[in-house]
Amino acid sequence: METRNRTAWLYLLPAILFLGVFMIYPLFDVLIYSFEEGYNSAAQTFFGVGGYNYAFVLHDPYFLQALKNTFILVLITVPLSTGLALLISVGLASIKRLRHLFQTVYFLPYVTNTLAVGLVFMILFKKTPYTDGLVNLILNLFGAGSVDWIDGPYWAKMFVLCFYTVWVVMPFKILVLTSALASVDQTYYNAARIDGSTRWRTFSHITLPMISPMLFYLVITGFIGAFKAYSDAVAIFGTNLNAAEMNTIVGYIYDMLYGDSGGFPSYASAAAIILFAIVLTITVINLLVSRRHVHY
Amino acid sequence: MNHVNYTRIGQAAERRRTVGKTIVYVLLTLWGLIVLFPFYWMLLTSIKSYASYNTEYIPRFFPTSPTLQNYVDSFTAVPLGQYFLNTLIFTVATTAIMLAVIIPAAFAFARLNFRGKNLLFTLFLALMMIPNELVIITNFTTVTDLDLRNTFTGLILPSVTSVFYIYLLKENFAQIPDELYYAAKVDGTSDFKYLCRVMVPICRPTIVTVTILKVIECWNSYVWPRLITDDPAYYLVSNGIQEIRENGFGRENIPAMMAAVVVISVPLIVLFLIFRRQIMAGVARGGTKG
Repeated sequence: METRNRTAWLYLLPAILFLGVFMIYPLFDVLIYSFEEGYNSAAQTFFGVGGYNYAFVLHDPYFLQALKNTFILVLITVPLSTGLALLISVGLASIKRLRHLFQTVYFLPYVTNTLAVGLVFMILFKKTPYTDGLVNLILNLFGAGSVDWIDGPYWAKMFVLCFYTVWVVMPFKILVLTSALASVDQTYYNAARIDGSTRWRTFSHITLPMISPMLFYLVITGFIGAFKAYSDAVAIFGTNLNAAEMNTIVGYIYDMLYGDSGGFPSYASAAAIILFAIVLTITVINLLVSRRHVHY
Repeated sequence: MNHVNYTRIGQAAERRRTVGKTIVYVLLTLWGLIVLFPFYWMLLTSIKSYASYNTEYIPRFFPTSPTLQNYVDSFTAVPLGQYFLNTLIFTVATTAIMLAVIIPAAFAFARLNFRGKNLLFTLFLALMMIPNELVIITNFTTVTDLDLRNTFTGLILPSVTSVFYIYLLKENFAQIPDELYYAAKVDGTSDFKYLCRVMVPICRPTIVTVTILKVIECWNSYVWPRLITDDPAYYLVSNGIQEIRENGFGRENIPAMMAAVVVISVPLIVLFLIFRRQIMAGVARGGTKG
């Protein structure tokens, strides 16, 4: 290949331009924002440099609430959805008939608008003067009392949020695990069968190690995705998440930036950097753990 | 005697297998129902009349007197048509500009040789780790300062590049044998013509995948449009549905809301049913939303 600098840079120019303006410049800018104290977005002035924005955010009860909600959401939905996806994928791998139909159906949530379908979940759970909602009616059938899932106790709301989040993230996980299972060499299974290995042994000693890279990939992307949860919560509880006690870290960032409580880009920046630090730490821990347990 | 035993052992194994299979099918069907039920419920609710919906304390699972009035309402009582059109313009423009940006970039990385190539490519890969939330704050300020709020330009510009799609396409371009390039050069074909006539057609599956993934992403985008538009004339469907929910038909007109939800959901579901294979293969290779 001959070296032709000018042509190459010309081809790259649009991409570099867009990335420069909307990705690299903001990256430095957000750091600067987060250390500028008392920034006024109208006058574009500030009166000091330091860690006050971080201190403010870390002491803001709304942020602490958001932090707590996000951690609970992550700790519940990531293991649950990954485990459930593994179970379903193994089930799918063991059948032939109807397999494509199931796969197609399971994928549907991926192509739906999160905000729109969230409304359906809301009405399924919501208690109104007209009806207790379908979920409550089913509970009543089993003799349990009605719960106000959308405006009621904290854990009821958290349950709905976790349920919806799992519903939304399952398609991707099932898809990835199904293709991982399909790519395991059949020879290993045949060898195990000749050795008279039980099903469970085959699963834990062959299947699981073989798909462990993909499983860890899902855990890592799952953690990252769940830490950035936001639209799912808006879909169910509306835009005023602080009032519903269901705000997430990302929701806090956007509320600080814009909206009724907005106009504080410095606080938003500090919160965004805290989020990034958390996600980075968790990802590094995940990678260290996976190095010890994943077989490539 | 032995013979009888073997038959019995065989039958027992067969029975156990049947039981196992049945359990698997029951569980898979259960998850299928959980996935499908919200769709069924929104369809069902959307064809119930406002009056009948509110009189059913225990909701009926089948509509007694189906009506299409809610669909009429969602286009007349609230500007759903407008939201729809906005989203269409946004999706088509963003996807088209993105392709125009990433195809040349991927070509340069895969095919051309230039000083600093490896360094630049590493830099690009490093950018994949930057979460959107980190840069959106400055982008919001930038777009506001440029007076681009409530314009399509402001909506579209920040989402037209994707490092990941450049990477995906570059990997695919790099698989095309060099001989083709040299043959084209001997024939006096320009780089640009070679890219358009040879590389793009060969890599069409990947380009289709990238396009579809971007369309899904655009159709569902919520956060950026919410920040950048507060004039309902520029709302996309996600913000539109939120607006409808909070100020639209009146809080209690749930059947009309469900009709709007159906209208918003149908295009992507149809797209999915048509391009099922490409979409699933594409998401398995390059999807997120985990």
